Amino acid sequence: MRWIWIDKFVAFESGRRAVAIKNVSLAEEHLADHFPGFPVMPASLLIEAMAQTSGILVGEARHFQEKVILAKVSRALFHELARPGDQLRLEAVIENLTEEAATISGTIRCENRLIGEISLMFSHIDKSQAGVEFPQENFVFNESFMSLLQFYLKDAQTGVPNP
Amino acid sequence: MTISQEEICTKVRETLVDALGVDDDEITDDATLMGDLGAESIDFLDIVFRLEKAFGIKIPREELFPPENLLNDPQYVTNGRLNESGLEKLKEQMPHVDFTEFAKDPDLNKMPDLFRVKSICDYVGNKVNAG
Repeated sequence: MRWIWIDKFVAFESGRRAVAIKNVSLAEEHLADHFPGFPVMPASLLIEAMAQTSGILVGEARHFQEKVILAKVSRALFHELARPGDQLRLEAVIENLTEEAATISGTIRCENRLIGEISLMFSHIDKSQAGVEFPQENFVFNESFMSLLQFYLKDAQTGVPNP
Repeated sequence: MTISQEEICTKVRETLVDALGVDDDEITDDATLMGDLGAESIDFLDIVFRLEKAFGIKIPREELFPPENLLNDPQYVTNGRLNESGLEKLKEQMPHVDFTEFAKDPDLNKMPDLFRVKSICDYVGNKVNAG
């Protein structure tokens, strides 16, 4: 299974904000179990989707030189359910960005409904974990992660309209 | 404009409630951040970010909380304790902290006890009213 919980970016302002779309589909296997007869996208995966949206935003801000790790879910408040057929719009805004960490605040909407509000904190692990060794290569931003941003940049270049 | 120490403490408390997800009544002046309020290392940075925003101040990195490099530096640490120059260095970097108790036995394991709600209030108070 690919652990990617956003489908594409529709806005990306370097170092500032990013908006991603996630189409919730009944084809996603876990929805058969969560819950039987009443499929709902788990809140934990909504948080993961926000972490991916904002993780790429934070990583790009420092040219993917840092290993950006989700360090803390500062706040996660859910107002409504995300159900199959919903097109979620995840918007992340950078609140703080320093050498060793970043914080973001985000909203998840479906049309006019506010589904959730999520604030996250990321750590740049090489900078914040003094004395602990991590692999040289950047294992956070792998190929499938990076392709999300590349698709967006390509679309933006060729003028494919985004919602 | 001078802000009273009481107002500052109220705002610091609110910040800690948000950052650490604790109840207001757990945040006494003497409460230690790690021991009593369950803060982890990443929370310290979170607290710094939130204080900067709440008070419109800039908190230089590692001024409010001690730098890890000091704790890993053999020049300042002997047998798991801060030596004299380590203690001097720490006092110099953190003038808002009361080292009286700690100085008697500067065991690194006791470092977390240094960070109390009151020391944050004092630090922010100095910062806000000096600037």
